[in-house]
Amino acid sequence: MIKVDKLDVVYGTGRARNHAVRGVSFSVAKGETLGIVGESGCGKSTVLRSLAGIEQGWTGSVEFNGTPIGKLRSRDELKLSQMVFQDPYGSLHPRHRIGTALAEPIRSMGLGDGWSKVPQALKQVGLPEDFANRFPHELSGGQRQRVAIARALILSPPILLLDEPTSALDVSIQAEILNLLDDQRDERGLTFVLVSHDLSVIAHMCDRVLVMQNGVFLDEMTKADLRAGTTHAAYSQELFEANFL
Amino acid sequence: MSQVLHNDAIVKPPGILARLQASAGRTIRKLAEEPLGMAGFLILAMLVVVAVFAPLISPYGPNVQMLSDALKPPSLAHLAGTDEFGRDIVSRLVWGTRITIQTVLSVSVIVGPVGLIIGVVAGFFGGRTDAILMRATDIVLSFPSLILALAFAAALGAGLNTAIIAISLTAWPPIARLARAESLVVRNADYVAAARLYGASPVRILLLYIAPMCIPSVIVRLTLNMAGIILTAASLGFLGLGAQPPSPEWGAMISSGRKFMLDYWWVAVMPGIAILLTSLAFNIVGDTLRDLLDPRHARS
Amino acid sequence: MPDRNPSTILSVCDLNVRFGKNSIAAVSNVSFDLGRERIGIVGESGSGKSTTGRAIMRLLAPSAHISAERLDLDGSPLLEKTERQMGALRGKDMALIMQDPRYSLNPVLNIGRQVAEAARLHLGSSRKQALDETRAMLRRVRINDADRVMKLYPHQISGGMGQRVMIAMMLLSKPKLVIADEPTSALDVSVRKDVLILLDELVRENNSGLILISHDIRMVAAFCERILVMYAGRVVETLTRLDEAEHAYTRGLIAALPDPRNPVRRLQVLDRRTLETTPEATE
Repeated sequence: MIKVDKLDVVYGTGRARNHAVRGVSFSVAKGETLGIVGESGCGKSTVLRSLAGIEQGWTGSVEFNGTPIGKLRSRDELKLSQMVFQDPYGSLHPRHRIGTALAEPIRSMGLGDGWSKVPQALKQVGLPEDFANRFPHELSGGQRQRVAIARALILSPPILLLDEPTSALDVSIQAEILNLLDDQRDERGLTFVLVSHDLSVIAHMCDRVLVMQNGVFLDEMTKADLRAGTTHAAYSQELFEANFL
Repeated sequence: MSQVLHNDAIVKPPGILARLQASAGRTIRKLAEEPLGMAGFLILAMLVVVAVFAPLISPYGPNVQMLSDALKPPSLAHLAGTDEFGRDIVSRLVWGTRITIQTVLSVSVIVGPVGLIIGVVAGFFGGRTDAILMRATDIVLSFPSLILALAFAAALGAGLNTAIIAISLTAWPPIARLARAESLVVRNADYVAAARLYGASPVRILLLYIAPMCIPSVIVRLTLNMAGIILTAASLGFLGLGAQPPSPEWGAMISSGRKFMLDYWWVAVMPGIAILLTSLAFNIVGDTLRDLLDPRHARS
Repeated sequence: MPDRNPSTILSVCDLNVRFGKNSIAAVSNVSFDLGRERIGIVGESGSGKSTTGRAIMRLLAPSAHISAERLDLDGSPLLEKTERQMGALRGKDMALIMQDPRYSLNPVLNIGRQVAEAARLHLGSSRKQALDETRAMLRRVRINDADRVMKLYPHQISGGMGQRVMIAMMLLSKPKLVIADEPTSALDVSVRKDVLILLDELVRENNSGLILISHDIRMVAAFCERILVMYAGRVVETLTRLDEAEHAYTRGLIAALPDPRNPVRRLQVLDRRTLETTPEATE
């Protein structure tokens, strides 16, 4: 479903040059959930943002479902992947009501008025319909993240890119959100790319995990590897131990 | 989880009127907790009422000359005294409110949107667009407004409309800079990135996402600027470049009262007090608005 | 209530905190005694754990109403003290280590000056002495090239190092009570353990008491001798080991954590309605 070849991202020039992503390649099968784990600054978010189209300074090649994707995307290409951001407080416009926020993707794409899809979208993420008239500051973090998920799914993209979707949430809310993502993935047959620093969340959600450090992938672990604690690189062993004191 | 109710009223957003009403209601409730702000708002409200109902409120006509009563001190018949032509000063002040309100409103209506759009476009697009727009802003900012107004009056002829245009031409740069600063922050927000992801065009993002976040600061800044605008208009009037006689413009009144300051102080001081109160009210209201409209309050 | 143990550093009995006109208490009837040991306060956002920590230090906003039957530091009642007296205690006998060194360190002073300031204020050292003490303390928190780091500004050092600087600054005067409010949440996973071990070492060395406040129950369980679990402003349970958990909330919290060694199909979700009615455990 996703095929990435020699993705490279460099920020800045001269002394401030930061080679954030160094020619990484990977692929994700249809319906698979790939995790990318690493510490802050390793480049995992940059990879995700390049896939999403937010980061436009990348070189290399990216293909979604066989179609090569460029830096500037057409509307059809944008419909192939959507993103759920880390901060539930920052990903919704503070002055748009929830209903407006959910209808925006459809209106921006010129696909109609959007309002008809709002009640169903709210229901699918377990929120009551009258939330459509509320503002984001009237919702809790977990509720906002549900709205963010509903918004990402409203265009029915086959690929969902998740940037630390539960890092800012409490443990009990995290459980609810992860269950919700699980359900949506199964129902819609989605392909996920999940980025996180939390190995337990990654291990729970993902079929396969890539460990990233300094812009390169050091290790790849399957679900069985994670359960057994089998790592193939010293750094991943460190990460593993650090996560489970 | 509620049942699916096929009722459009739940889903369709409330109309613009309902939305304005709701936000006005919230603002008024917050305002009730600030007595100084309330006072400022009341003064401004009074000003508007006086301007609207001037013919009913003013005891005499603004230009009615009663030469036998010239330069009379404040008394029951003339609460603020009379000027050198025997015109009642209170009536002139009351009719002058119209000119003040007109000036302030016109300038705001021009300067607000113009500054907002220039600032938001510069901040959002960055690069060369930003550089060009900001250098233009810098150039206009370096003009002293009074001198420019003089130049305009010379070119277009003195009058209230010329004064308004002149003031507007130099009042927009601070608004543009403010809007630009806000949009520089807002454009990096996740909700803007999300909008790009679902194909929102740059114009849509500017108008629906970025501009609404800049509006509160712009409103506050405009309100705080109004005191300065009133004073500039009064200065222009003082110099004879604003509303022309016999128009009861407050600045012009001070100017003509200058000659009689020592013996007949009320001719110049009364309009001065009016300007003082109005500027003070605008300053207080601007400060209060900043507390009320601060988006950080809304985010919490 | 247990007898007043002479080695009790902090004694808290029925602590209540209310903000402004809110009728719901942020912290409600919290009681515990802290000796020369490490206890952890665990809870999610809104549980009142951070508010408890700051109430003990009396660092809350003026709109906060703090009341307690007893709030004693080494036998001395804290609620009766004036702000000036509290100022003398803070940093000297009680220290607070905050979450994010990017925001808790002064951005316009270099590291050397900031740490030296603590030495001058609380130990009464002269300028030269303070710098020596700073250097020694920085080396103690395992910053080996102390001289170089002392000239750097907070934005030039990593998060882990910043937190170690914070620890140096706060523990310089060997306070009896150390409260650490989410000290590792803003740090990378691989440096968290080191920072905690360091904190642990210093606290043991000084024979002080440590209150570790966190949302991470596993981390707290690994480092602390006792764990207080808070929910909605109350302490719902006190544990020494995770597997002792009896209260519905604690068990729910532990069950909601994904664990790769015991993978589950769906994570268990807290049923909040039963929590409102479940009676609290006392011990």
